[in-house]
Amino acid sequence: MLNFVIRRLGVMLLTALVLTFVVFFLTNLPPNLEKLARSEGSVRMTDAAVASWIEDHGHGGSVFYRYAEWLGVAPGWVLTDAKGVTRGLCIAQNQDPAAADHFCGILQGNWGFSTVFKKPVLASLGKSMAATGWLMLWVMVIMVPVALLIGVLAGMREGSRTDRVLSTFSIATSATPEYVSGVILVALFASPATGFSPIFANWGWLSGKTLFFGTATSAMDHITFWNFALPVATIALYGVGYIARMTRASMTEVMTQQYIRTARLKGVAFRDVVMRHALRNAMIAPFTVIMLQFPYLLNGVVITETLFNYKGFGWMLVTAAGNNDIEMLLGASVVAVIFVLATQLISDIGYVFLNPRIRLS
Amino acid sequence: MEMISWPMIFALMAKQFWPVWGALVVTYVLSIRFKRKLGLYGKLFDSPVGMIGFAIVMFWVFTAVFANVIMTFDPLAQLGSVKNPLPGTPVPAGTEGQYPWFLLGGDHLARDVFSRMVMGARQVLIIAPAATTFAFLVGITLGLPAGYLGGKLDTVLSFFANLVLAFPVILLFYLLVTPEIRNTGIPVVLAAILFLIPIGFFVVLFNSRFHTNPPKRNLYVGITLVLGLWAYSGLAFNSDPLGVWGMEPNLLNVFVSVVFVNAPTVFRIVRGIVMDIKSRDYVAAGQTRGEQAWYIMLWEILPNARGPLIVDYCLRIGYTTILLGTLGFFGLGVTPESPDWGSTINAGRKLLSLVPHPAVVPALALMSLVLGLNLLADGLREESMKD
Repeated sequence: MLNFVIRRLGVMLLTALVLTFVVFFLTNLPPNLEKLARSEGSVRMTDAAVASWIEDHGHGGSVFYRYAEWLGVAPGWVLTDAKGVTRGLCIAQNQDPAAADHFCGILQGNWGFSTVFKKPVLASLGKSMAATGWLMLWVMVIMVPVALLIGVLAGMREGSRTDRVLSTFSIATSATPEYVSGVILVALFASPATGFSPIFANWGWLSGKTLFFGTATSAMDHITFWNFALPVATIALYGVGYIARMTRASMTEVMTQQYIRTARLKGVAFRDVVMRHALRNAMIAPFTVIMLQFPYLLNGVVITETLFNYKGFGWMLVTAAGNNDIEMLLGASVVAVIFVLATQLISDIGYVFLNPRIRLS
Repeated sequence: MEMISWPMIFALMAKQFWPVWGALVVTYVLSIRFKRKLGLYGKLFDSPVGMIGFAIVMFWVFTAVFANVIMTFDPLAQLGSVKNPLPGTPVPAGTEGQYPWFLLGGDHLARDVFSRMVMGARQVLIIAPAATTFAFLVGITLGLPAGYLGGKLDTVLSFFANLVLAFPVILLFYLLVTPEIRNTGIPVVLAAILFLIPIGFFVVLFNSRFHTNPPKRNLYVGITLVLGLWAYSGLAFNSDPLGVWGMEPNLLNVFVSVVFVNAPTVFRIVRGIVMDIKSRDYVAAGQTRGEQAWYIMLWEILPNARGPLIVDYCLRIGYTTILLGTLGFFGLGVTPESPDWGSTINAGRKLLSLVPHPAVVPALALMSLVLGLNLLADGLREESMKD
């Protein structure tokens, strides 16, 4: 077991290094750096000035060395310009160059400075991740029980009417990406012109104009049912279908096993068969699926936060990418990559714990 | 002229879609008539779910084919100066003989939403199946040897596949589908590598089968190479001497990214199936006969893996449609006036709570197409399991 975890962690570390290098390479391509130079320096810079700006700000030289610098395993660049002022990656403003550290990459906790938010990357990352954390928490709280319930009910009696109805529902939701369900939900529940809001307003049931809020910006300070339900529903809806179908498949497979038949034949009530014998065995596969669903959730979070203007991690990623905020984008990618790899690791280890038939040695 | 009511709008739309209804009826009559002779495709018509799914998919396919007849206006034409006219609004007087109504309203530039939806179907249904096919060819070509031969090759390929899979898709799109990256030539390099794999696939496919019969082998491999390299020069480098094959740079960028995201999943599926199948007796029989590894992979294992692969192919076209919509939603890699569904949703969402129709119409269209593909896959899975 320990060996397995260590080997898995090794592969994970390698993957993280390669992926962050790819992101570093793609964000630090010459055209992006030129754009950065023009937006940070001046728009009217000549090509020669742009080239020297890039050199002066430590973006010249080999991409591998710059990656090592950024990571914090190579000494940061130090340059002394014509006026005799020494600047460097690790030298803060007005700091004595001699007193500065040699290494300062993300490993030392220096994640850089965001050019869009005008704040250190780590500070804005923390705030936006907290916001997204709430969103993800509520999505999980809604999505997982609903999906498992649908899957178990559908898979309990394969081919029954309940199964048909619930399976069709889960196929329909997995065909509805977030940008579709979000648009439809807003049109139905948060538009003063269409859907249910005008009807309810006519009946005098509403104090405001719409039933739910079409944006979730106010949820940044204070989460309420009315400003958070639509974004949560948008993300949860797409995930429910997939997890429910996996649970159903797992459940139908378990229900055809010998021990279920034996239990039925010895006269155990159907409810007890499902609850005691089938359920526990049917939950192994969905666990993996739920863990592996997190990376897709990240996708949904980015779309939903953009759609509902909720300033979390996804919104920040889109803003950083759209505005060529290289260090912010790098920081966000590191978080995203670690997040995805961690869920994969947990799913692997959890699977072994849940399923005693798997031996790793 | 008066506004028209919703029942009237639906009736007029149904009338507008007449070539689609005709083609659907012909397809269904012929297919059900000859369903016993049509293999898995024919069996689809035994499953109600599969039939419904197939009908929805074919509806959009025929819509894409007959788009020029169905649409009521040029999808890029701006009709009048009223922003976001509601569904059923009369079109301001213009040229003689033009269609009198905005069937599903207009968008913020007073373009006809109905026509844009119809034209968007054509865009989606060209790119999504093509990109999925490429992803499948790449995934199969790499997944077969990884599963069959195993060893170091498998370790290396699986590592790279997992690498791509661990990449958050949106981040990858934001990094790969930007105007800046086109200047660096990275999409062309990726395309050059990815597009070479299908040619290799068909060359190996024919060579492994006919290498004992050189004239036949030379004919097939020759045809593959001529056609393949001709298309390759046009698609990857946009330098087809005859000008038949070609892709705009931003379309190539989108295409390559979508193939790149999908191929590793296909690779994993194929690898898993091959590892299951390679212990079967007919594989052992082939090995005993002294067949080459590629012959066994391509002509013994692959045909027997077709069931799950066809099902996944349908699902994956739907997933690719969703991915393309995501790209459009973030305004990546498409021209702003493009009528594809994703970017239309994106354009419509700014005034979503006031005038939902410009965004809701393409949203429902996209959803119905993906739903149709999912139902079709479900029907196929059910029928292929009955064998």
